[in-house]
Amino acid sequence: MNPLLAVTSQQGWTIAFVAVTFSLYLAIAWLSRVKDTKGFFIAGGGVPAPANGMATAADWMSAASFISMAGLISGMGFAGGVYLMGWTGGYVLLALLLAPYLRKFGRFTVPDFIGDRYPPAPGSTQATATSGQNYARLIALLCAIFVSFTYVVGQMKGVGVVFSGFLGVTPATGVFIGMAIVFVYAVFGGMKGITYTQVAQFWVLITAFLIPAVAISLKLTGQAIPSVGLASEVLPSLDPARPYLLDKLSSLNQQFGFGSYTEAYGRDSGKWNRLNVFCVCLALMAGTAGLPHVIVRFYTVKSVRAARWSAFWALGFISLLYLTAPSVAAFARYYMVDDIAGLNGKTADELPQWYHDWNQTGLIAWVDFNGDGKLAFTNNLTDTSTDGINVFRSREPADSWGIIQPNELMRVGGIPAAVRGDILADPDAWVEANGGGAAAKTELLALGGAHHPDRDIIVLATPQMAQLADWVVAFVIAGGLAAALSTASGLLLVISSSVAHDLYYKIMNPTASEGQRLLVGRVAIGVAVLIAGYFGINPPGFVGEVVAFAFGLAAASFFPAIVLGIFTKRVGTVPAVAGMLVGIGFTAFYIVTQKADVVLLNAEVAELIFGPPDSPIRGPWFFGIDAQGIGTVGMLLNFAVTLALTPLFRGPPGEVRGLVDAMREPEAGDTALPVADGH
Amino acid sequence: MTDRSEALRAARRRYWRTNVTLMLSLLGVWAAVGLGAGVLFADMLNGWRLGGVPLGFWFAQQGSVATFVVLILIYAVAMNRLDARFRREVERLDAEPVEGAS
Repeated sequence: MNPLLAVTSQQGWTIAFVAVTFSLYLAIAWLSRVKDTKGFFIAGGGVPAPANGMATAADWMSAASFISMAGLISGMGFAGGVYLMGWTGGYVLLALLLAPYLRKFGRFTVPDFIGDRYPPAPGSTQATATSGQNYARLIALLCAIFVSFTYVVGQMKGVGVVFSGFLGVTPATGVFIGMAIVFVYAVFGGMKGITYTQVAQFWVLITAFLIPAVAISLKLTGQAIPSVGLASEVLPSLDPARPYLLDKLSSLNQQFGFGSYTEAYGRDSGKWNRLNVFCVCLALMAGTAGLPHVIVRFYTVKSVRAARWSAFWALGFISLLYLTAPSVAAFARYYMVDDIAGLNGKTADELPQWYHDWNQTGLIAWVDFNGDGKLAFTNNLTDTSTDGINVFRSREPADSWGIIQPNELMRVGGIPAAVRGDILADPDAWVEANGGGAAAKTELLALGGAHHPDRDIIVLATPQMAQLADWVVAFVIAGGLAAALSTASGLLLVISSSVAHDLYYKIMNPTASEGQRLLVGRVAIGVAVLIAGYFGINPPGFVGEVVAFAFGLAAASFFPAIVLGIFTKRVGTVPAVAGMLVGIGFTAFYIVTQKADVVLLNAEVAELIFGPPDSPIRGPWFFGIDAQGIGTVGMLLNFAVTLALTPLFRGPPGEVRGLVDAMREPEAGDTALPVADGH
Repeated sequence: MTDRSEALRAARRRYWRTNVTLMLSLLGVWAAVGLGAGVLFADMLNGWRLGGVPLGFWFAQQGSVATFVVLILIYAVAMNRLDARFRREVERLDAEPVEGAS
């Protein structure tokens, strides 16, 4: 087949799918445009539970879930399970501890709850007039905006990557198209437009994820359900001995120097020990439960009963993707590592088409450091400084493989464009010009390359790896865009409601009219789209790092304050605020010390403040806990400080205790529950 | 009248206690399956297998997610039922004084 023709056909399919889905989103937005703040911020509060579940699922499953998660699991093996358990386990906390109560409480936003439950001065419950001193509300507000922004920038960047990878436009153009679409339907439709668009986006993204997964499962194991395929033997055409897929994968992994795929802990199983897996998992769980754009979704249903059902539908729909992702991860790993179906040992002429397509994006690049003309994809991450090329030994001396080729499969996306062009055009010449072998590799890493292909390639290129039809590949692209856009719009609405409702209406101008508030909401969402788009095109270096930490901060700030606010009547404002500050302060400080290079702009500033990279404070100084898991400690500190201070301060005033009682009591009937319009 | 508000308060207390008990038992399962089987004891469970999947690995990447969905389903059904029962009790209390008066 003529490769040029294949690419053109695929691009044609892609343009068709993207055009159809985007028109659908815009049509839905036009049909559900709104005129009042209730429609704009909470979709009128009357969305049916299954529809709200789908919208929540689309809201929740971001570009990270769709594009990156399977890749993460694929690279991490067992430990990748923390993302699956963390993100879905958080939903249990949300459904049992928060959602029904917050729905009964009936305000617009999370800062609204925090602000009313922890009022400024004893005696004045109503935060409206005096909320200049409502520190609890202000802290929650700032956290909500920070968490949402770091998250939305990642989505915009994802849109850019997908567009540039498949349509050959620049990432900036891709972000621009994405911005324009979100701008239209978020500004006019508000929460109502977003909700019904998300329902459509859910179906696009879940179908796009499942079709290739089922096709590949059939191809590798003959099982149609990917979760069953994961537990089955590979087909005889791939390995006559028919080993179980995971056994085959583990042995392939070890053969090429990677850790075992399924082993839990121990020396061969990656960087995280038991304590770290536990902490990361719990931080993701509590963080999920504290994410404002997910919580706000429970205000859009009509009753507490519907809120509970909505949580069930949401996790049910989410689990379709989350139960399939581990299979996709394992299948993709198989295609990456196996030397028959995969890349290992291939010469330049034998490389598959998908490699050439993705080579252009810089996500994957083979640089033949040892000049033997054969591709080697192995794990020697620790072996870059010495001249370990060609002498990297297998972990097991008895292993008949003896000598392992060092890794030659790199990511070159982060390298300055001019150099990247040279590498992609003629890698051999570039290696020659840079001192050959180890010297060239050191140079490549210093320029910003990475010692592995980009993990995003797993989901994006798997359909091509498995040689599925062009239209499947095109559909996956539409799915990736749906995932990114649905999450981005949900987050932008949280930013808008935080600014228009909590900041403008509750703090700055309590007498604002309905029309003024709606206008401020629309302007805020418009401005937020522009800012997010700008950072999507020019992502600050730390964005990738910070997204994971958004969870840590949400876990250490909102989660304890909301839980204690519902389940105790004794905790007052001062202990709660102190707890939040300690939790956020500790978590943020730890993350900054761990990631000083990227968070503090550059290595020089980092060194000035915290000393050289090997100084103790820049290592994992708190029991060796990874920065991603530190939110767990921050959360425990928050709980501890709040509870320790509680006996020393006055409890909340009577009105607040009445508020808590009302929140706990079941609603009077199965009628629609009002959402207070603010007082 | 005081009898009635006393009874109402008792009904509220019962409702809340049942709610908290249900919640804590479900969270117990949540912790045992997610953090227990999927994380803390995963290496021990890996000694058993479910088809071609070591059990600890299965809990971490499949079993926990499926369990979580079931937990939320149980919670939704049980709580909505509990709400209905509480409403019936309140209705009965509301009906009683009328009977006494006539």
